[in-house]
Amino acid sequence: MKEKFEQIALEKEKWEQGPLAKILTKAPERPHLPEQRIYTPLDVDTSEEHYVNKIGFPGQFPMTRGGQPTMYRGRLWTMRSYSGFATAEESNQRYRFLLDQGVTGLSVAFDMPTQIGYDSDHPFSEGEVGKVGVAIDSLADMEKLFEGIPLDKVSTSMTINAPAMVILAMYQAVGEKQGVASQLLRGTVQNDNLKEYIARGTYIFPPRASMRMTADLFAYCKDNIPKWNTISLGGYHIREAGATMTQEIAFSFANAIAYIQQALDVGLDIDDFAGRISWIFTADINVLEEVAKFRAARRLWAKILRDRFGAKKTSSWMLRVHCHTSGSVLTAQQPINNAVRVALQAFGAVLGGTNSMATCAFDEALSIPTEESATLALRTQQIIAYESGAADIIDPLAGSYYIEAMTDKIERDAEELIEKIEKMGGAVAAIESGWMQNEILNSAYRHQISIEQGERTIVGVNKFTGGDVSNVNLTKVDPSVRDVQTAKIRDLKSRRDEAEVQAALAELHRVAESTENLFPATLRAVKAYATLGEICDCLRDVFGEYVAVKTI
Amino acid sequence: MIQTDHLEALIEEACTRRSHRAVARLISMAEDDPKDSFQIVKRIYPMTGNAYFVGITGPPGAGKSTITDKIAKLLRQQGARVGIVAVDPSSPFSGGAILGDRIRMNDLALDPDVFIRSMGTRGYYGGLSAAVDSAAKIFDACGCDYVLIETVGVGQSEVDIMQLADTLLVVSVPGLGDEIQMIKAGLLEIADILVVNKADRDGADQVAGMLKTMQMLGPPREEGWMPPVMMTSAQENRGIAELLECIEQHRAWRSSRETADRVRSDRLRGEVVRLLQAELCARAFAAHHLDEELDSLLGQMLERKVNPYDWIETKARLFG
Amino acid sequence: MSKTIRVLVTKPGLDGHDRGAKVVARALRDAGFEVIYTGLRQTPEQIAAAAVAEDVDVVAMSLLSGAHNSLFPRVVECLKEHGAGDILVIGGGVIPESDIPFLKEHGVAEVFTPGTPTTVTVDYIRKAMAERGVK
Repeated sequence: MKEKFEQIALEKEKWEQGPLAKILTKAPERPHLPEQRIYTPLDVDTSEEHYVNKIGFPGQFPMTRGGQPTMYRGRLWTMRSYSGFATAEESNQRYRFLLDQGVTGLSVAFDMPTQIGYDSDHPFSEGEVGKVGVAIDSLADMEKLFEGIPLDKVSTSMTINAPAMVILAMYQAVGEKQGVASQLLRGTVQNDNLKEYIARGTYIFPPRASMRMTADLFAYCKDNIPKWNTISLGGYHIREAGATMTQEIAFSFANAIAYIQQALDVGLDIDDFAGRISWIFTADINVLEEVAKFRAARRLWAKILRDRFGAKKTSSWMLRVHCHTSGSVLTAQQPINNAVRVALQAFGAVLGGTNSMATCAFDEALSIPTEESATLALRTQQIIAYESGAADIIDPLAGSYYIEAMTDKIERDAEELIEKIEKMGGAVAAIESGWMQNEILNSAYRHQISIEQGERTIVGVNKFTGGDVSNVNLTKVDPSVRDVQTAKIRDLKSRRDEAEVQAALAELHRVAESTENLFPATLRAVKAYATLGEICDCLRDVFGEYVAVKTI
Repeated sequence: MIQTDHLEALIEEACTRRSHRAVARLISMAEDDPKDSFQIVKRIYPMTGNAYFVGITGPPGAGKSTITDKIAKLLRQQGARVGIVAVDPSSPFSGGAILGDRIRMNDLALDPDVFIRSMGTRGYYGGLSAAVDSAAKIFDACGCDYVLIETVGVGQSEVDIMQLADTLLVVSVPGLGDEIQMIKAGLLEIADILVVNKADRDGADQVAGMLKTMQMLGPPREEGWMPPVMMTSAQENRGIAELLECIEQHRAWRSSRETADRVRSDRLRGEVVRLLQAELCARAFAAHHLDEELDSLLGQMLERKVNPYDWIETKARLFG
Repeated sequence: MSKTIRVLVTKPGLDGHDRGAKVVARALRDAGFEVIYTGLRQTPEQIAAAAVAEDVDVVAMSLLSGAHNSLFPRVVECLKEHGAGDILVIGGGVIPESDIPFLKEHGVAEVFTPGTPTTVTVDYIRKAMAERGVK
């Protein structure tokens, strides 16, 4: 129940009719601003009950103020740098460089062929090998990627979706070779195929097969790789495709609900796997809104897990967030400005309480990062952590009338949208009909129009233009990477035990047609040095390929 | 206006050598210029009459493009040459359109014996159905055994197009609740086959039941053919073979009847009358400067000094 | 009677980020063009076949995965092989300025980098079509 602040209401009215009205007649406000100019106790619930039940304390329900009791005072967020290009050897060098510079976790970027389950020598891989990430064709490449990097000492986040099981199996095999038991491996696979259909496009198999593989991975990891975060739901990609903040939360939460339901349907207990669900959200440039977003998302998630799914463990209620600064906000014009944008975005994410973060490099609108720009991106996080004070007080912006009002609003709006999707039959139905994709495109289009009509200013693009772009040194990936990889594949195929490869693939085929867990058969094929393409082709044979719906 | 020998060369390339580029250029010419359209259709007419036209219509999201794609693939397996005209609505504001049906037909893009043309519902000379008709005739003349015409059946012009079809499929999907819309659009009355797609979903049987009931309420399109309700899951390629067989059955039934060609001859008559009327009208207006005369009299007509209806009668008498 | 401009909007290669392509497609539609949208994962051969079958005036490619230097010229080549070398080819996406001269040498008429307003692309196409005598 809201307290009545009669005196404040009165004073506000006097101010609006007095000094405010006076200045507005002389100098109207700038155009295209949010309607409400100022927030007061009138806009929030300042009762004790509200604080105790809705805001609370970090590390306990409803988690609004953070996922752990000490937050960054106990441990800073994991600082990552999304990285990978060309061959495993070259990426390995970059990872070791980054570890030296102080990253506290790795974040692997794979190239397009790898993400879509094609070997480097496949015709579709032409021009794509090693460009947006590292090329991984087999366990041999994976071994090179982590050479000299002890897997019991790092946490590795891998942006891989359709072939997530194959890549994780490779990671486990690498660990075994290093003498690291799978129980000690820490990290994440993205493994969120629903958002691929919606926003990112690196799908292989149709939705039902993907859901099955996701559930198989959950089940396998629970017993074999218990410290592994088995899914990293985005969030991020939906927003980057043009979604609003509300849609970012609502659509990804709806997807999560679908995955959870799938896992429950195959007999897992919610508390068996909910603690390993993680998230990847955008850190966009409106700092204050983003802080409210993270708080709202944490609270809403805790509610869903406890109240809707009956999860009993605190760790199941926690929204485990990795944050990636928004790339679509960066500009090709005056690229150096992007360093400032990234700093602001990262600052917002820290004030919002993210558990892990990767910052974009300032040249991302032009190419993948250089050593120099990747280092600056990392230093941005380090400066915020050690110099700005943002990490020293827990949830420092709580109590701000604006922040609390926004937190409540975002939570409400997202909840409404999730309900709407549930009425449609859930995330899978909303995706199969193309509804989600269309909503996102509508938001993207509106955004573009608002920029072009000058309602939204982008510095250096539609205002304060001019400025030289040509001085930026860019990373260029040598096109001969494809030839190098092709030669490696040929060599691999001549050295490996072909009989074992064929037997492993036959077994994989059989398991895919059954309802058994796919992971063990995948692990066997991986250890036999079957290539990623061979394994995925085997699965394509059973599951078929996804054909995109008309979403435009 | 296109040069006759250039047109000849293009028709030769399209109809004899089946060049996709030539076919596409002919269709564009027919779309863009009514005079070219007439000349093209006149020239290729002797080569038409072999293709069987199948219409596929229904609300957005019903899976029409997928069904079109699967039917085409099956026909290809049987060795038939296929033409596909995919119509999507144009924006009433800008006149532009996004034509996205090809997304579901990627596999067919490289098949030399499949011709695909995407069209918007933009204002065509003679109406949209004329443009689709030209394209279908061009595909016919170039050796297509089947021409599949896909539209969203919502507007009157789309319903008109569907009169072009020898066999018309009307597609529904469980959960969209579009059956009422289809009645309003008059689609159920002109359907030859009713298709319930995504039949693996909940509610498919109810939709089928509802369609069968609604059929009973109105007269059939053709005496003696009760449109069957076919269940398909086009994405999974289920029910397509049965659907194609049903189309063939309809075709056979039609050709076995006494008034076998009545539908086709009615259609031809309608087209000839329309074109002749337009041609005569244009000539009459030109020969007697009717536009200019009318323009000069409009003001007096509005002031009731001249009676427009008298004027019409006077002008009409010039022609007997 | 003015001819409607037909544009093929397409994504060659494996890149799945279609926000830009779809936003441009809508902008072109709102400008009165007919846009044939092919969706993702198009090979150069598929793009050329579609461009020819649909008798488009322009092929507009979007690519963010860095594969533009090999894929864009391949598309131009395929179009020529189909006898459609007269179709205007333009591109957009994550393409550094330094790559643009190479692309232009290989038949890409113009490249629209991130941040280019859609109106610029629309006007460019209109102007190019007017110069060719297509209204």
